[in-house]
Amino acid sequence: MSLNLLQIVVNGLLLGAVYALFSSGLTLIWGMMNVINFAHGEFVMLGMFAAWLTQRYLAGGPLVFTLAAAVVLFLIGVVIYVAIIRDVMRGPMLAQILATFGLALLLRYAVFWAFSPDVRTLPAGALDHTLDLGGILIRLPRLVAGLVAGALALGMHLLLTRTALGSRLLAVAEDRQAAMLMGIRPDRLQALAWGLAAASAGIAGALMATFFPFSPLTGETYALTAFVVVTLGGFGSVPGAMLAGLVIGLIEQVSAYEIGPIYQDVVVYGLFVALLWLRPQGLLGKA
Amino acid sequence: MRWPWLALGALLIAYPWLVSGTDSAAFLQDMGVLVLLAAIGATGWNIVGGYAGQVSVGHALFFGAGAYLPLLLYQHWLLPPLLGVPFGVAVSLALALAVGYPTFRLVGHYFSMATIAVAELVHIVVGNWDFVGAAIGLQGPATPRGWYDLIFLSSVPYYYIFLAVLALLLLATWRMQQGRVGYYLRAIRAGERAARSLGVPVRRYKLYALMLSATFTSLAGSLYALKNGSIDPDYGFGILVSVRMVIIAALGGAGTLVGPLVGAVILIPLETWTNTVFGGSGSGLTYIIYGGIIVLIARFEPGGLVELWHRLVATRAR
Repeated sequence: MSLNLLQIVVNGLLLGAVYALFSSGLTLIWGMMNVINFAHGEFVMLGMFAAWLTQRYLAGGPLVFTLAAAVVLFLIGVVIYVAIIRDVMRGPMLAQILATFGLALLLRYAVFWAFSPDVRTLPAGALDHTLDLGGILIRLPRLVAGLVAGALALGMHLLLTRTALGSRLLAVAEDRQAAMLMGIRPDRLQALAWGLAAASAGIAGALMATFFPFSPLTGETYALTAFVVVTLGGFGSVPGAMLAGLVIGLIEQVSAYEIGPIYQDVVVYGLFVALLWLRPQGLLGKA
Repeated sequence: MRWPWLALGALLIAYPWLVSGTDSAAFLQDMGVLVLLAAIGATGWNIVGGYAGQVSVGHALFFGAGAYLPLLLYQHWLLPPLLGVPFGVAVSLALALAVGYPTFRLVGHYFSMATIAVAELVHIVVGNWDFVGAAIGLQGPATPRGWYDLIFLSSVPYYYIFLAVLALLLLATWRMQQGRVGYYLRAIRAGERAARSLGVPVRRYKLYALMLSATFTSLAGSLYALKNGSIDPDYGFGILVSVRMVIIAALGGAGTLVGPLVGAVILIPLETWTNTVFGGSGSGLTYIIYGGIIVLIARFEPGGLVELWHRLVATRAR
């Protein structure tokens, strides 16, 4: 493998870890309440803008603006659950899909209107360096983003599988009625799940904003990326989303390098269609 | 129940004449054409999204195919754009199969995700493919070479062509709604497992609904291209094309015959109004309003205005 391609592979895996983080939020919501959040990409975009605003007006560094994005998005997620999703969830599928889809438009164009469609960048501040690892050049923001996102995605998995809170969340996912009989209040846990999912997307957004230019319209691409990742990983499976995130990040970066950046999304969406034909349950999912 | 229909039909037929005396006759007639076009597209979406309950958020796929093929035939071989209409339908049907066949054996969300992903995929490919004009798109004939180019100076002839097409599609939808297919689709929407247990071939009928829907939507795209004389990737395959179909059908009433027409009559003038009042920044605002309306419908009135109307009438009757 040439050094150049090796560099692409490393970058792909680092980006893939970020994809894994925000996709595990999407898969958590699906697993708990069978709702597909079409506004998930907008959560990523809002995370980017929350970080940008924090950096610009409060002069916060990378740690501060990432935390700010997490907190803001957690609150947005909870509010959206309480105001909209809770009631729509039990309605017809049309209402479910329309609600999150309409929300995506509303958030996207509200930001578009408030901040103009300009493409922005977020200064990486103290992280603004390039590492040279034996000829492989890696931008420090990408390295930090990949490592932090990977750790958080792993943390989400551990939260679900190793803590009492996690077992209550999974109990609601498995059987809402039975969980209620055990004294669990599904409503609170589902609100928490929306908060966590939105926060994971917000953090991912803040991390990526330091090396990807962004605009109010960037969310759509991330929503589609999350769909592909979650489908590849198997719906509802957080470990699946983690593995699939790495795979998709890798495929995207390598195809951008080999075929051209315009077609990186074409390759990923094409893979999605092929997946639906051949293995819709994903890598780790059950049929 | 027959007279409201006759009144609506008469009003639609007389509309260009009714507004011809006003100062802004051309503007209002053009708006009428836009309303009819939007109603045709939403009527197409309504078959699969409304009646069958399979929510597509990528119907621009079929609209774009319908719009591109007629102009593609002109661009490369100078054929009358009208000849391209069946080719647009054929491409749309192929795309419908590609999306519907794998996803209709899965739960409904997969279909929704696949529609938006495939629409975006085609959008990007078309926008970078020189054979179909890449980012610039395609142009139709600038001056009419004969009646078959369907180029008119006034929008009134277009109005009547579109009205005739809409009437045909509504008639076809009505026939479908009354027949076996209509019952099957409503059963599928109400509960797929229950429908299957009663012997409805669920996957096959969802696929039929999508193919019929794709055909209608493709016709809407063709009409747009014929009238406009040009098409580009965003106006053909852009996400907002899909959004408009969804919101118009859902606002009027998804799964009802007149829903799409009602939605179009309300939304298209509203859109024109926000664009005029707020100017360039209006485009953003229009879609904020779109998003808000969609969320409100989903949250409070998933049946749309038609259902709300029926409920109001029923309460008054009591």
